Amino acid sequence: MTPLLQVTGLTRHYGTRLGCGDVSFDLWPGEVMGIVGESGSGKSTLLNCLAGHQAPDAGQVIFDTRSDGPVDTVTMSEPARRMLGRTDWAFVHQNARDGLRMGVSAGANVGERLMAVGARHYGDIRAQAVDWLGRVEIAEDRVDDRPRAFSGGMQQRLQIARNLVTGPRLVFMDEPTGGLDVSVQARLLDLLRGLVREMGLSAIIVTHDLAVVRLLADRLMVMKSGHVVETGLTDQVLDDPQHGYTQLLVSSVLQV
Amino acid sequence: MKMIELADVSKSFVLHNQGSAVIPVMAGAALSVRPGECVALVGNSGAGKSTLMRMIYGNYLCNAGRIVVGGLDVARAEPREILRMRREVLGYVSQFLRVVPRVPTLDVVAEPVLAAGGAHEVAEARARGLLARLNVPERLWSLSPTTFSGGEQQRVNIARGFAHAFPAMLLDEPTASLDATNRAVVLELISEAKARGAAIVGIFHDAAAREAVCDREIDVSAFAPGLAA
Repeated sequence: MTPLLQVTGLTRHYGTRLGCGDVSFDLWPGEVMGIVGESGSGKSTLLNCLAGHQAPDAGQVIFDTRSDGPVDTVTMSEPARRMLGRTDWAFVHQNARDGLRMGVSAGANVGERLMAVGARHYGDIRAQAVDWLGRVEIAEDRVDDRPRAFSGGMQQRLQIARNLVTGPRLVFMDEPTGGLDVSVQARLLDLLRGLVREMGLSAIIVTHDLAVVRLLADRLMVMKSGHVVETGLTDQVLDDPQHGYTQLLVSSVLQV
Repeated sequence: MKMIELADVSKSFVLHNQGSAVIPVMAGAALSVRPGECVALVGNSGAGKSTLMRMIYGNYLCNAGRIVVGGLDVARAEPREILRMRREVLGYVSQFLRVVPRVPTLDVVAEPVLAAGGAHEVAEARARGLLARLNVPERLWSLSPTTFSGGEQQRVNIARGFAHAFPAMLLDEPTASLDATNRAVVLELISEAKARGAAIVGIFHDAAAREAVCDREIDVSAFAPGLAA
């Protein structure tokens, strides 16, 4: 078995300020990795560099593609990377509005991804859209409504359906449960966990919520000031943190 | 043949935010468990029973030594190897149930079977059987256990722990907060696991329970740092 993603020496500066520095890790098929750290620690920069939304200054992001095996996505052509973004990769934004087209119906939002990879039969596309809306618990009678008419939690579930309909193998998530109230968060967590297990997805989840990573992530990477200060199994990092910053982070969580 | 084997294990905590205080908690710990054997960890509160158990499960790091479970050295293994060990080889019944909110009890109990590669029907049948044996009323099975009483949560936790037939198990106070009937059921489950060849390490404050299922006792206070040296 080869890793799905092999990252080495990934670095990104903003002028002279460091975004993320010298990040290396392997992600294996079926693994969910969490990236935690306070605001400004470089987690979102790292995620954007991994997903090809930002160009890193240095480093490699080698993805094991279905057709050609391991390929460095940093140096691949823009059209090839875009194709990857529509097929094997998915990106769930914190703000559902950034990942949805607000002017078209929920069904069209899901169908559009299918059409981008070549689906043309209207009946099939609509049937698949309805099926996916059902999986994220959006009723069939809402398929023709625009996302604007949805609650925040529904928009987030619609974004997930839009992303997963093409059967990606790697999902990037930026604070997927941020900004949602806790009851909606719980439902979304359960949904994500089920999808990860059933579809054998790998995922990289950026969050500052340690309770979310404990439930979703197998492994954890802790960032501070652009650097990775600690990595390991999620429960090991949370139960027996080794770095001073992680110890501070874990001991700062309010108990409910 | 040994299923669980520890040699010369030591552990200290470094508290970086409290003047980098170093607290040694264990030195020279050794223990081995054969298939079909149940070993009880004993010692006063704070002696390090839970610490030792967490090191075996891999959620505490150890500073030195070897912790081999089913051929895998947990002290040196990659995260994904430990994850596979936890899915297939080593089960853990902790004192507290930790679950995704709003997931039905039946699914919570069936999950380890699915994770180990079992079929849906098998997992559900197994979950139903265990919940019934542990006297969790059937009308609760479709509800999330987060709102259950302490005793009910503990029984759900035990059902979940025994759902997959792990060849090695860690039991942290499995009979605590249970009434006599359910305590007897748990002891039966432990005996059955031993009979099918599971190697078990347990913490039992309940001396009668310990005598009923454990073959040997290991006093963890012998591994206190300073004594071994």
